[in-house]
Amino acid sequence: MDKNKRRAYIINTIAIVTLYLAFFILIQTKTMNKYFIGIAILTCIMIIMAMSLNIVAGFLGEMALGHAGFMAIGAYSSASFSIALFNSGIILPDLVVLILAMIVGGMVAGIFGILIGTPTLRLRGDYLGIVTIGFSEIIRIFFINFQPTGGAAGLKGITKLVNFNNVYWITIVIAILIFTFGRSKHGRAIISIREDEIASESAGVPTTRYKVLAFSLAAFFAGLGGALYAHYIAFLEPSKFNFMFSIEMFVIVVLGGLGSLTGSIISAIVLTTLPEMLRGFAQYRLLVYSLVLIIMMIFRPQGIFGRTEFSLTGAIDLLILRKNTKKSVDGGKS
Amino acid sequence: MKKRVASVLLAAIFVASIFIFAGCSSSGSKSDVIKVGFIGPTTGDAAIYGTSARDGAMLAVAEINAAGGVNGKQLELIAYDSKGDQTEAINAYNRLRDQDGVVAVIGGTLSGETLAMKDIMVQDNMPVLSPTATAVDVTVDAPNIFRVCFLDSYQGAAAANFSADTLGAKTAALLIGTGNPYSEGVSAAYQTAFVAKGGTIVGSESYGTTDKDFSAQLTKIKEMNPEVIFVPDYVQTVGPILQKAKEMGITSTFIGADGWDGVQVDYAAAAQGNYFTNHYAADSPSATVQNFIKAYNTKYTKVPNSFSALGYDAAYVMAQAIKTAGSTESAAIITALAATDYSGVTGNLKFDANGDPKDKEVTIIKIDGGQLKFVTTVVNK
Repeated sequence: MDKNKRRAYIINTIAIVTLYLAFFILIQTKTMNKYFIGIAILTCIMIIMAMSLNIVAGFLGEMALGHAGFMAIGAYSSASFSIALFNSGIILPDLVVLILAMIVGGMVAGIFGILIGTPTLRLRGDYLGIVTIGFSEIIRIFFINFQPTGGAAGLKGITKLVNFNNVYWITIVIAILIFTFGRSKHGRAIISIREDEIASESAGVPTTRYKVLAFSLAAFFAGLGGALYAHYIAFLEPSKFNFMFSIEMFVIVVLGGLGSLTGSIISAIVLTTLPEMLRGFAQYRLLVYSLVLIIMMIFRPQGIFGRTEFSLTGAIDLLILRKNTKKSVDGGKS
Repeated sequence: MKKRVASVLLAAIFVASIFIFAGCSSSGSKSDVIKVGFIGPTTGDAAIYGTSARDGAMLAVAEINAAGGVNGKQLELIAYDSKGDQTEAINAYNRLRDQDGVVAVIGGTLSGETLAMKDIMVQDNMPVLSPTATAVDVTVDAPNIFRVCFLDSYQGAAAANFSADTLGAKTAALLIGTGNPYSEGVSAAYQTAFVAKGGTIVGSESYGTTDKDFSAQLTKIKEMNPEVIFVPDYVQTVGPILQKAKEMGITSTFIGADGWDGVQVDYAAAAQGNYFTNHYAADSPSATVQNFIKAYNTKYTKVPNSFSALGYDAAYVMAQAIKTAGSTESAAIITALAATDYSGVTGNLKFDANGDPKDKEVTIIKIDGGQLKFVTTVVNK
């Protein structure tokens, strides 16, 4: 087991570094211009958003349709923090400012996650869905009317701190954190609630505490994503964080597979780049995009990966070494 | 096993499609074509503004090309949809610059998307001419960004000057949509200018952006009995307000801003006898205006609105700047844009130091018998 683990670590590290180097070379040789870099950065941000939503929607199995609200809180609080920091005259390296702003954004969003989660997680299914929609609408309307952050006209003067280098590594770190959380004792407790709440409660899992934990962790990571978004776009408008944006994130998670983080990553990449790649179709672009979604859902209703994770070591075993180990690509159900 | 094959196939198609579309979209640049980009929402809630401005600009480009193009080259307008979304707008702009290699950009159409693109545009020193973005900050600290439309504040002041000077009003009430920067901005400017003219604002009432019932606010305003009521908002809000006011028997004159354009279509009776400020008048005797309306109608079989007119003027101003510059270098085009002196459908256009229109005339329109009638033009001094 330990040997396998070490092998997995080595293979994954090599993959991550190789991918980074590939991007690095493409950017340095100008093969990848600013347009593609811009899409890559947005894709990284959407990967973070999708993975964080997967904690609630996938691991906990609850319908959360207000993720844009937490992202807005993270974006606005981190942006206000970094603006205040620059105005105060304290000079820090860009990366330090970005990380501090992200922590602020994540913490504020996480606190709101606890505040919202504690009373509402008594509800389940559609009821919880409606409550979360209501919450994110309140956030949006609050920012429309809150003059210190620019109100409806938007928040200007944010310094652009995000570039491909830092957003790539931040995404990797967040992905590792969420992965290890999912496999930890706490993550397994949350998954057990999804499988059967009564059974897990009788087995001694404090269900309410774990539900709130999942909800606030999702909010925390959404806040981090919001902070990155704010410091990439450098201009925030409350109308961006509307209901449709929450739905967009939910679609990514469902398409990737509820409970599969690798599925969320793949589907975030596909769904963020697809509208851009379809620009050639002009007005039929959104039609094609929706069609792809419908076809996907008909032929693979459980999402790209279902509940299983894609494993690089498993894929190597299967494809190169032709070893049919237990941990194959789709969980050994061939 | 079958299922796995199917899913692998589907994934393969996905990945392949991405590369195929990426490959076919980046066309090689031809040297006999000057490419200009357009960015605006052509789908989504604000699609009407983006499509109108785009159609106007397309018409102008077609006319310019028919007349021999610019500096012996044909103009090509590459229009991308922003959905009214900031990230989409930034992607569209990056694509115009890197993939299509445009020399200048007409857009964005909405203030929000333009502000989102502003930083990158300034960094690139890209010549930008927005037809319709009215937020003040769009052109501030951006020597390369210009706009054709007048600002919300300028328009509000013009409406106030018209109320006080031409209508001789001494008292006015405001009806403001809170959470709508357009309504708030125009109202604030109206209030300042009206008070400066010696008038009195007897009261101001507000409503939310999604409100459908305005009787409470109108009842209060009716009691104040002002001579004019200023309601700067879009047709879908203004229409019901005017209808309710008519039902309640309010006799004060309503004044509006360019968001009213199109009110005569569905609310002719309710809007009868009221005024609003606009960018151009369809019944203006000017030959430029009449030719534009005729050409637009022939090409798209519909009547242009003020967004189309602004898009049309923007394309002509940009073409003229490229012509004057004699090259497609950013710096030369920007210098030429700054020195613009152009007489178009929406009036005479010169830019001030910020890149905003200077002393542009505001057209006052009266709604009369379901028609928009030209009344006068106002220039704020």
